[in-house]
Amino acid sequence: MTSQPVTFLGRAEALLGTREAVSVNQGMLHLTEMRDTAVAAFPLMDAMRDRARVIRLHALANLDRLLSHFADQVIELGGQVHFAADAEEANEIIARILEETGSHLVVKSKSMVSEEIHLNPYLEARGFEVVETDLGEFIVQLAGDTPSHIIAPTIHLDRYDIGTLFAQKLGVQETSDPIQLNQIAREHLREIFLRADAGISGVNIAVAESGSVITVTNEGNGRLVTTAPRVHIALLGMERIVSRWEDASVILEVLARSATGQRLSSYTNVVTGPRREGDEDGPQQLHVVVLDNGRSEILGSDTAEILACIRCGACLNVCPVFRTVGGHAYGTVYSGPVGSIVTPGLLGMEPWWELPYASTLCGACEEVCPIRIQIPSMLLKLRARAAAEGRLPGWLERGMRRYANTVHTPSKWERAKRLAHSVTGPISRDGWIRRLPGRGRGWTAYRDFPRPARESFSAWWRSNRGT
Amino acid sequence: MEGPTVQLVVTCLVDALAPQVGRATVTVLTRAGCQVEFPEGQTCCGQPAFNVGMLTEARRMAGHTLDLLDVTQGTVVVPSGSCADMMTRHYAELFAGTDREQQAERVGSRVRELSQFLVDDLDTDLKGSCDGCTVAYHHSCHGLRGLGLGHQAEQLLSEVEMAELEGAKDCCGFGGVFAIEMPAVSAAIMNEKLDRIEASGADTLVGGDVSCLIHLEGGLRRRNSKISVKHLAEILAGDDS
Repeated sequence: MTSQPVTFLGRAEALLGTREAVSVNQGMLHLTEMRDTAVAAFPLMDAMRDRARVIRLHALANLDRLLSHFADQVIELGGQVHFAADAEEANEIIARILEETGSHLVVKSKSMVSEEIHLNPYLEARGFEVVETDLGEFIVQLAGDTPSHIIAPTIHLDRYDIGTLFAQKLGVQETSDPIQLNQIAREHLREIFLRADAGISGVNIAVAESGSVITVTNEGNGRLVTTAPRVHIALLGMERIVSRWEDASVILEVLARSATGQRLSSYTNVVTGPRREGDEDGPQQLHVVVLDNGRSEILGSDTAEILACIRCGACLNVCPVFRTVGGHAYGTVYSGPVGSIVTPGLLGMEPWWELPYASTLCGACEEVCPIRIQIPSMLLKLRARAAAEGRLPGWLERGMRRYANTVHTPSKWERAKRLAHSVTGPISRDGWIRRLPGRGRGWTAYRDFPRPARESFSAWWRSNRGT
Repeated sequence: MEGPTVQLVVTCLVDALAPQVGRATVTVLTRAGCQVEFPEGQTCCGQPAFNVGMLTEARRMAGHTLDLLDVTQGTVVVPSGSCADMMTRHYAELFAGTDREQQAERVGSRVRELSQFLVDDLDTDLKGSCDGCTVAYHHSCHGLRGLGLGHQAEQLLSEVEMAELEGAKDCCGFGGVFAIEMPAVSAAIMNEKLDRIEASGADTLVGGDVSCLIHLEGGLRRRNSKISVKHLAEILAGDDS
């Protein structure tokens, strides 16, 4: 891939108005409509959201205990649990498991955590062959691209893009027919599933009481990845856990509805331990890799609540900024409102502090969040952190300080309004300004700006109503 | 019968850029039977600094507003959902654990957005009129989601011919300093909104927040659109504003 602009704005501007951005916007409108329809048809949704919030916050408050109980259960079932402090350690653990089990060909089902730790390039550099089997991720891998949405990784592509890609990379006849494209991928992947030595999956929900890992998919590939190969490695972000099955069922009720407008995803796949005696299939070994990678730090901060996220993507779908520019503008795997909070937490404020500013604070995200996470309020907290750390651009910091000084003293404010009216005379016509100087240029590049009034409201009040 | 005394806070944008909206608000409140007082020396509620995270500056600005209002009596009426949301919800948060905590709660609890005050508190039978026009209404986000506004404006406009606006509750892309920090993104969101406003067949765009409205009107002007833009207070005041 060519080198990317280093700022959100640079990446966003490069994407604005492109076919990619148009595809994203259409996809988001579609997903939002599906979500709204599903929610309207489920009178219990609001109560379920309240319950889901309690469950997730409870899990975060008891994370140590739940993880330890979960690990005990997995071990009792004959599985192994590995705790990884960071991405490097997780990658090393996974490579070591693959080496020790003599694995070469690895199939994967969708895992955003594996994207977070850049697992594929790491394994490929170590000589393993890694194949993504989620249709979207498979396409992204073939294209040498990155996912642009946490649940719809290829939402930035259309079927014509995909048809061309398949023809180029798989040597098939070019087609734009979705059913044929699906069939091409199935046939290509089926043979790989049968040969694969190991399967790597993500985890949507881990259940502490039984040591189970739940993955939800719509393609059934998750079930093949976790049962066909000899070895199954489940990669779990350490916060994605609940106490009990009863809790998991509540999360499932809100997850698919919020994500795609389904009542349940087509497949809800539960893995409880490796193959037992008498089982006809299932992996001989089950490894759960539990990843921290900055999560403990978030947990101890004022944005801890973001760890309650269940990655449904609903906040991306309704976000006016995400819809306009798409996930690639965010520069990392977690995009949109949730990504703007998670990324600075996981990867550090530099250079990611700017992501919380990529928002109009419209609040649509919080309105749809199945866990009712207070997203705008956390964006504001991160903005306050960025400002306190002196990260704001000079023009903004100086400008705001000057404005605060002005409005703090009413006489200065009166003078500023009069001055603003008089200096804008030469650049105004019919009470509007077509081109502002300085930072105002950004505004007037796209819209006129009203000329400050000759007589402000307070001046009018003094002359007409004042005592 | 003497109506309630209200304290009008016009907001910095109305004061400097759209004084006609402030005058219309006075007309409407007077017609609704209120004694309107205007605490002089008011400037800005501090939201711009709060939203970029400069809390020291936000507290200075908000503190000034609090001191000014705390010595007055009666409901504080604001013709802006966004500024009212700042004062009712965020002041308490901004001053939590400081000397001003109680003051912020005391003043914040007196604040109402204009349509909220007219409909919920006064139970007014005032109706806006706009002869021969078709209106598209823009629900500004902070009023809509922060204060739960929407039905009040709909009631006040129930005698006006309304256009059906697709995505009426979607953000217009203004976002305060966002519009200057990320102008291209802000404008792209705005343009989708303007396309929908134009497609709705409306000839008048009405909203409750001057902030969103100057952004949208500025964009409509750039398109040489004939659609006129008015604050809800101007529609309610009619020709008297």
